[in-house]
Amino acid sequence: MQDQQLWLIPALPLVGFLINGLLGRRFPKALVNVVALGSVLFSFAWVLKTFNALGGLETAHVERYFSWIQSGSLDIGFDLSVDRLTAVMLLVVTGIGSLIHIYATGYMSHEGGYYRFFAYLNLFMFFMLTLVLGNNFLVMFVGWEGVGLCSYLLIGFYTLKKSAGDAAKKAFIVNRIGDFGFALAMFLMVVNFGSLDFQKVFAAVKPMPVEQTAGLLTAIALLLFVGATGKSAQVPLYVWLPDAMEGPTPVSALIHAATMVTAGVYMTARSAVIFQHSPMAMDVVAIVGVITAVMAATIGITQFDIKKVFAYSTVSQLGYMFIACGVGAFSAGIYHVVTHAFFKALLFLGAGSVIHALGGEQDLRHMGGLWKKIPITFGVLACAWVAISGVPPFAGFYSKDEILLAAHHHAPWMYWVGVVTAGMTAFYVSRAIFMCFFGDYRGHHHPHESPVSMWGPLAVLALLSLAGGMYFKVPHYLEPMFPAAEGHHDETLVMISVAAGLLGIGIAALLYVVRPGLPDTIAAAFGPVYKLVYNKYFVDEIYDAAIVNPLVGTSRSFLWRVMDAGIIDGIVNGTGFAAKTIGGGLRLLQSGNIRSYAAWVTAGCVLVLLAIGVVAGGVR
Amino acid sequence: MPAAVPVSYYLILSAILFGLGVAGFLFRRNIITVFMSIELMLNAVNLSFIAFSYQLRQVDGHIFAFFVMVVAAAEAAVGLAIILTVFKNRSTLAIDDVSSLNN
Repeated sequence: MQDQQLWLIPALPLVGFLINGLLGRRFPKALVNVVALGSVLFSFAWVLKTFNALGGLETAHVERYFSWIQSGSLDIGFDLSVDRLTAVMLLVVTGIGSLIHIYATGYMSHEGGYYRFFAYLNLFMFFMLTLVLGNNFLVMFVGWEGVGLCSYLLIGFYTLKKSAGDAAKKAFIVNRIGDFGFALAMFLMVVNFGSLDFQKVFAAVKPMPVEQTAGLLTAIALLLFVGATGKSAQVPLYVWLPDAMEGPTPVSALIHAATMVTAGVYMTARSAVIFQHSPMAMDVVAIVGVITAVMAATIGITQFDIKKVFAYSTVSQLGYMFIACGVGAFSAGIYHVVTHAFFKALLFLGAGSVIHALGGEQDLRHMGGLWKKIPITFGVLACAWVAISGVPPFAGFYSKDEILLAAHHHAPWMYWVGVVTAGMTAFYVSRAIFMCFFGDYRGHHHPHESPVSMWGPLAVLALLSLAGGMYFKVPHYLEPMFPAAEGHHDETLVMISVAAGLLGIGIAALLYVVRPGLPDTIAAAFGPVYKLVYNKYFVDEIYDAAIVNPLVGTSRSFLWRVMDAGIIDGIVNGTGFAAKTIGGGLRLLQSGNIRSYAAWVTAGCVLVLLAIGVVAGGVR
Repeated sequence: MPAAVPVSYYLILSAILFGLGVAGFLFRRNIITVFMSIELMLNAVNLSFIAFSYQLRQVDGHIFAFFVMVVAAAEAAVGLAIILTVFKNRSTLAIDDVSSLNN
């Protein structure tokens, strides 16, 4: 198969980053747009061209560019590859990425640091595409770290806001914990398989027996999953994602909903062979997924910041994807990655459009009745709403359905928890929609519809949210890689989950449209429980008390005052002080008086003579 | 030279002369005395050279001694010229008063 120049796919956004990052300050906005959009659109076009040339992609197409690290028998190359899994991810990343870039030109048009924003966004595309295209774990890790960096830069984009800086640091540090697991998993692979290439590692794993008790593969799988929990915001490392909403909304949509946070799911699916050899690790993945899905959904119900609602929704949906991976339905997980990318990007961008219309207002309590004022935004958000609620035949229905069926096949209780979560999902999204668009307007700002550069991409995403699930049969496409789970299609189970979604919408309609006073009564009735959930189970406070504060305290009292100020500064200052004191003493010898020099010379001679006498006497 | 005088006698005499020279150089304040002390040290060394040369039956020590004398003569010429000039300019021979290069 001839060379496809896969490197161009990530390289184009990198070029965009370099041009905008280095020269963008002097560019007019139009030129920044051309560079940023052009590079991403060309990248998208190159992805399409590559697939056109490669056809069915029954086997992976690998391209090796250069040998990167060579040490003994270990040979890590800068290899890129495309197979069907990569193909799906590439289309999502470049496709959705292009749409969000277009949207951002409208959304960010009034913001300072315009060129910087697009430079970071392009850099993110570069790393994300490297992550997806990499043919070994190390190249993947490069992308993995890079997207973390860009996430940090973009969360903290509003550099004058302290909360943005704090959120950025939190995201970065929490991700480090996960990356630590990923790195350890790589070390284990190098030690045991002598390679990080996907093909070689998986070929070495395949003949190994499935581990009934914990062993090497369980360790690798769990460490990889630690990495995934960090990047994909799973319990216990999910805390950074809601805070990440401090970044501009297109960033929330692109990085923290559609692409980067699904990297963990992609990595798990990519390492499916390893996970399949360790039922224990699979159970951990599924259970963590269940806990995350339920917990985040309950928090989502109580939040009033529109972006926070969708952020917890993202965490919850990522939990769904890990349930899919954990029960062995990797293709269903990736299916949900795709449909989720459609409707969640749309939800965020739609929320951004609302926020834009209201001049920065994010609190649902200050919205209401907006459907008349910003009808296009309402229209597209309604598409995302039905898609995420699992109403057939829209996108979310198909993927959620796949996951829930697989979960039922694996363990019926997971199915039931999933159904309840689906109901809650439908409820909180409906709640946000109703509070935002129905009832009376409770704000003061005069709303205005967004420009076409913003609602254009929204319309495309709306179309994808409605029809994407039906037309892109991801599990079918991925069947050569992940054989379909046995387990027949059970109509009753599908009906139940759909009913749960509709019930959620119905309850939300009852509470927020028909009887608007009721939610407060209910919240008051559940006093302590409501408080617990509203405050996100106090997880942040618990982490602060258990980890952050002790760490900061020890750092301040011991590492700073004792180690740094006492010992390290003491050594440095002591060296200088000693040199100064000894020099001060020796300075007195340089009197300029010839006879004192002569006296010293004489004394020296006498000493040397005595020394010779002692040494010679000793020898004798 | 009678063989009864051992070389160590010459060496001890040389050391005493050298020590006197050092003491004179360090403690006397008159430039001429200091100058003479230097000559004394040089000649103390010469005495050692000659003594060893005689003891070892080798001519090297004599050659060294001649060199030292030549250098000492040159030094005496230059040194006395400097001392004369200093005295003409400063009307003093106290060594501590001609330390204007110090500080």
